[in-house]
Amino acid sequence: MPISLKNETAIAGIGLTEFSKHSGVSELSLAAQCVKAACDDAGISPAEIDGFVTYTLDSTDEIEVARAVGAADLSFFSRINYGGGAAVGTIAQAAMAVATGQATTVVCYRAMNGRSGKRMGQGVSGEITSSDLIHWSWYMPYGMLIPGSWIAMIANKYMHKYGVTREDLGRVAISQRNHALRNSRAYGYGKPLTMETYLQSKLIAEPLCLYDFCQETDGGCAILVTSAERARDLKQKPAVIRAVTQASTRGQEQMTSYYRDELVSLPEMEMAARRVYAMANLGPDDIDAACLYDAFSSEIIMQLESFGFCEPGEGKHLVREGALDIDGRLPNNTHGGLISEGYIHGMNNIAEGVRLIRGTSTGQPPKAVNHVLVSSGVGVPTGAMILGQAQ
Amino acid sequence: MGLDNAWWWQMADEGKLGIQRCLGCHTLRHPPRPMCGDCHSLEWDTVEASGRGVICSYTVLRHPQFPGYEYPLIIVLVDLEEGTRVTSQLVGCTPEQVDFDLPVQMLIQQDPDGFKLPVFQLAGVA
Repeated sequence: MPISLKNETAIAGIGLTEFSKHSGVSELSLAAQCVKAACDDAGISPAEIDGFVTYTLDSTDEIEVARAVGAADLSFFSRINYGGGAAVGTIAQAAMAVATGQATTVVCYRAMNGRSGKRMGQGVSGEITSSDLIHWSWYMPYGMLIPGSWIAMIANKYMHKYGVTREDLGRVAISQRNHALRNSRAYGYGKPLTMETYLQSKLIAEPLCLYDFCQETDGGCAILVTSAERARDLKQKPAVIRAVTQASTRGQEQMTSYYRDELVSLPEMEMAARRVYAMANLGPDDIDAACLYDAFSSEIIMQLESFGFCEPGEGKHLVREGALDIDGRLPNNTHGGLISEGYIHGMNNIAEGVRLIRGTSTGQPPKAVNHVLVSSGVGVPTGAMILGQAQ
Repeated sequence: MGLDNAWWWQMADEGKLGIQRCLGCHTLRHPPRPMCGDCHSLEWDTVEASGRGVICSYTVLRHPQFPGYEYPLIIVLVDLEEGTRVTSQLVGCTPEQVDFDLPVQMLIQQDPDGFKLPVFQLAGVA
């Protein structure tokens, strides 16, 4: 049995539905469509699927998807908590299942009518009974009901401490919008964003404005994980999982880790960084492109520091130098990301990481892409992954 | 409310800002938890905070506007002089007046249903 997940497994297929503001179909339909598409992409039959992983927030049961697509008998099914923090976590679980022989073909999916159905931006409410809901009870009475309000508290402190400006956040949003202009699937396709428009847009939760927020989206995205050895013989160029981990640190809360000594860094992302770099035996200099989780633009600048692309407080300089652009040091979210492609809770950022390894992104950087870093939700228990070329 | 946090709201109802204190190692903690993460004691009592603190961070909420709240809504993280940090609202001032590190003082705000909520105002405001 392997003692490390390094290079044991690979992503052999990605599948996406159309992204829209009103799908007109059920979330089960979206799930079935994206899972089938991932199988088609890999060149295998859905009858070969023997494992599923999704988010606790996903409304569609694994067995419903299994029946819909005609999956095999399932020997592995699992769910990850904490919203977008689950994204890479689903891959971590799939990789463990494949590497240990619990399953051979695991599909991770997230399907949501995120605009026409349950909207994240509509806030939390409900009977206070579970430990999770008691957690929210410290914020709900004061009017902190939406993810933007929870993140804004951290963003404001971070920007104050390091002299990060609204223009810096705007640079992130515009960079990703520029990527989306090349991607016909993206919300931002054909919709250029200027700094003037960014700065004039309405403030939602200061310092965050409309364009700092991701796009509530209807859609589904599925990722097919199998062994690296098998992936070599399938239809697509494999994206080998060099390293993958989940990460939650001391004082962790869901979105509101406000009670740690300092609030200007992301300890869980720093933990994820340490673990994936150690597992892959790589460092930040080896990473050619990234799909950093971007529910909010401020999260990108902080993660540049968490993952060691610069020192604490210097993320703003990288952004000002154009590091995130297609010809920059670290082309980031080259599909437009959650901000400008669509918010499929981070699964679509994993799909883009795979495209970057394959060389098929609409925002493919004009350089060799050997390693891509992908991260999960910010401000929550999270995770990260390094994808690489087959050797 | 649940078994681990109802006491805090009961203290608020009595006009007090409560902080949980571990009886094993006397560490103050907030938000409350049933076990001390340092010494693992399940025994705790409470202390009444002075209500004095400084603004650690803040955000001004403008959209979306939910019923029952007045916008713009100023949310603050307050570092209490006792050493714990609490999330609350800043009332009685405009968004332009709020800033990092300003001293604040707790007061109790009662909504039309009689529900009492510890909030803060800038120190020195009558």
